Amino acid sequence: MTGIGTSPPRPDGFAKASGAAVYADDLVRPGMWFGATVRSPHAHARLDGVRFAAERAPEGAVCLTAADLPGPNGILLIDDEWPILAAGTVRHVGEPVALVAAPSRLGALQAAAAVEAEYTPLPAVLTLEEAAAQATAQPTTQTTAHATPPATARPLLAECSLACGDVEAALAAATAVVEGTWSTGHQEHIYIECNAATAWVEDDGTVVVHGSMQCPYYVHKALVHALGAAPERVRVQASVVGGGFGGKEDFPSVIGVHAALLARAAGRPVRLAYDRHEDIVGTTKRHPAVVRHRTAVAADGTLLALDIDVTFDGGAYRTLSPVVLSRAVLHAFGPYRCPNVRIHGRVLATHTAPNSAFRGFGAPQTQFAMERQMDAVARRLGLDPLEVRRRNVVRPGDRLPTGQVLGESTAAEACLERAAARTGFQERWRALEREREGRADDSADGAPRRGIGLSLYFHGAGFTGSGERRMQSPVGARLLADGRVEVLTATTDMGQGCVAVFPQIAAAAGSLADDDVTFAPPDTARVPDSGPTVASRTTMIVGGTIARAVAGLSRRVVDWWQGEHGAGWQLADGTLRHPGGDAVPFRQAAREFLAAGGEGALEVRHRPPDWQEFDDATHQGSAYPVYAWGCDVVEVEVDPDTWAVRPTAVTAVCEVGRALHPTLCAGQIEGGTLQAVGWALTEEVKLDGGRYLNDRLATYIIPTARDAPRVSVELLEQPYEGGPFGAKGIGELPMDGGAPAVCQAVENATGIAVTAIPATPERLFAWAEGDRRREEVA
Amino acid sequence: MNVRFVVNGEEREAEGAPLERLLDVLREQLALTGTKEGCGEGECGACTVLLDGEPALSCLVPLAQCAGRDVRTVEGVAALPAGRRIVERLVAAGGVQCGACTPGIVVTAFALFERDPAPTRQALADALAGNLCRCTGYEGIFRALTDDAEQPTVSPARPGAPAVGEAE
Repeated sequence: MTGIGTSPPRPDGFAKASGAAVYADDLVRPGMWFGATVRSPHAHARLDGVRFAAERAPEGAVCLTAADLPGPNGILLIDDEWPILAAGTVRHVGEPVALVAAPSRLGALQAAAAVEAEYTPLPAVLTLEEAAAQATAQPTTQTTAHATPPATARPLLAECSLACGDVEAALAAATAVVEGTWSTGHQEHIYIECNAATAWVEDDGTVVVHGSMQCPYYVHKALVHALGAAPERVRVQASVVGGGFGGKEDFPSVIGVHAALLARAAGRPVRLAYDRHEDIVGTTKRHPAVVRHRTAVAADGTLLALDIDVTFDGGAYRTLSPVVLSRAVLHAFGPYRCPNVRIHGRVLATHTAPNSAFRGFGAPQTQFAMERQMDAVARRLGLDPLEVRRRNVVRPGDRLPTGQVLGESTAAEACLERAAARTGFQERWRALEREREGRADDSADGAPRRGIGLSLYFHGAGFTGSGERRMQSPVGARLLADGRVEVLTATTDMGQGCVAVFPQIAAAAGSLADDDVTFAPPDTARVPDSGPTVASRTTMIVGGTIARAVAGLSRRVVDWWQGEHGAGWQLADGTLRHPGGDAVPFRQAAREFLAAGGEGALEVRHRPPDWQEFDDATHQGSAYPVYAWGCDVVEVEVDPDTWAVRPTAVTAVCEVGRALHPTLCAGQIEGGTLQAVGWALTEEVKLDGGRYLNDRLATYIIPTARDAPRVSVELLEQPYEGGPFGAKGIGELPMDGGAPAVCQAVENATGIAVTAIPATPERLFAWAEGDRRREEVA
Repeated sequence: MNVRFVVNGEEREAEGAPLERLLDVLREQLALTGTKEGCGEGECGACTVLLDGEPALSCLVPLAQCAGRDVRTVEGVAALPAGRRIVERLVAAGGVQCGACTPGIVVTAFALFERDPAPTRQALADALAGNLCRCTGYEGIFRALTDDAEQPTVSPARPGAPAVGEAE
């Protein structure tokens, strides 16, 4: 069984599990050299000079600095302010200042050690608090002629706002106004395969980059810009990708440009592969955030006004921060009705590695805050977590603060009720509250404190706002000489499983057999720019376009066949059948169609729904055509002596439109949920003076098989008419739900109002001892 | 130094400094790139191989210690019927996503299954405690290799709503 709604084995699974799959770091090119990157040890410094002591490097080794760049010194994303190599100033520890290449890995390290860079350290802005203080002092000031330059010339990297109704009037009139400040930390992607790329120059001058990436055409665009090359002289090939999570959305443009520059300078193929320390120090992370809420509520818990201030730490460069902030603001109000809403968001610069895309793209931070705020509202009013959500959850026909009227595909309530019923949430939460309240303060029995927590969340699928309308991403389909259909997209499989789901969609949409369809590798010389592999858009947007392309091509063949052989033929499962009893394989009909001069190639573009309009300036309109919905219930045990939190079970109920491949769909929920639990409890990027204290897997702690709770997933279906066979995008959804549910469970177990994550034992201990100011649990 | 050892059942020779990592020897000299580097310091398990039948982290094994020993990589494990079964079970149950950790998990599970062909969830978790996976949340791996794991379910969001049809 391989049809829609079944779970055939992923076609790349055997090669991956048996070691045969070729990842970026596995590709060997004849005569290949190895690259290395020389990085700043300073968070902020004037770069006074870079000298290459060639006599201490292997013979022939090459070294490149900003002075050697052939074109603009910028990685082109939204803009090109992210330098390829630092020039004049370094703005974070680990910023690249020079590149070297040598015939061996060891030689490359020797060459890197032969680079002497001179710095004059400057004052650095290292935390969001410092950045916020500076931004207040000099709102949007550009640099001026100071004897000592300001710590950063441009504290404000991005800003956006959203408003509806009259927030001030509602705050003034409300029964209660609840205030809360909620903070989240950095998160490192920890894809198991570090960033890597290999570049070479073909005889005709074409620069080829083969690497681990989510977005081949982003890398292509950055290469064209940096090299000043003609687009057709740049070719980007995605390897098998060993995990991405957003960490291979923009960064491959950096390492790809670096590898290409080295390959051109060395005159031979060069592989640039990071080890784990370098990957943690030098690449992007999730934005740390501080979100302040003022919430006006009626006595029965009805939300009357939300006043939300969102501040993100952007790190040293803008990267994708403006769009991350947009998505953050557009999810900051949670899946709740509220007539009066005001949200202001800012991304501030610090002298730390740039923060950028990470699964959820800003929404996990603001939904963490909203969910914790809902818990604070419930405590104030004496409601339980389920009740306060029931009173405010959005339903079909409700209006979001953006003005978007929600359609039939609004299933937050179904997720909430199903998750609560499955887990007996309300009774369990109340019983554990009573148990905690009845426990003596000095109870030293050492028994684990048990707690249960619930979160409700949503995630918009596809690019934010007008993004998909601007791109109208194309997908290609063409008949091969043997009559099979080849589908062409630039989507990469970073593990999520489009290698299995796309063929399901193509075969079903084209009424073809599985082996009638084949997919071109994501290689910019072969496939059109079907857009980046991001934003929960792969199945819903690219998959939907594949369905239209393959259906269109197969219809073309069937129409021609009927013109030749009379009407009445039906195509099913790759065979044309006539009621008279004749049967012809699709491939044979397709070959004859081609032989007769039929046009065997088709390109189809994604069309967003006509009604989806959005004003990017005011953030009013339908930011996303549809949302996926979810509710998590998490159970924890807290050790009263060590304050270690052990999550024991998670139930995740997610509405996904249609689960095209239930095993892979649930796999996204299972894996994303554990990533969220890790973010909530153990994953902490520790910096001292801008230097990483834990740039290794021994000290940056992600959950192991022993730490992982049971994750029980229920997929709810309510087919969405805009997605292929009803599917919505769901890849990022689970990242939104885990952390606030964990924290509510810890609160249920201990009485501690967790205001910041990760909720490490050190933090819980400090809160328990009252060493930190925190909102009192009412 | 020159080292002779058995790799996946064949006599092989490798040349290198005594402290050359077995991981690099396998990947670069013997072209066995199924063994992956995830951290280079023995924390992630992606580079796990069998050394005389026991799981070992090849990023921490110097070439000098390999003389005369028996090394089996994921390529060699997957070629055995018991290894192939582990691979197939992982693929079928959603235990493989990006695949970067999977070779190490296959090798570790193979060694466990030699001792304990039907491990409990806890026994598997203990065995895999040194094999980090960032994609699956481990549930798909438990589902593949034990009979004590959560099975995802699919149901209509609105009970009583008509069942979802195939393609229109």
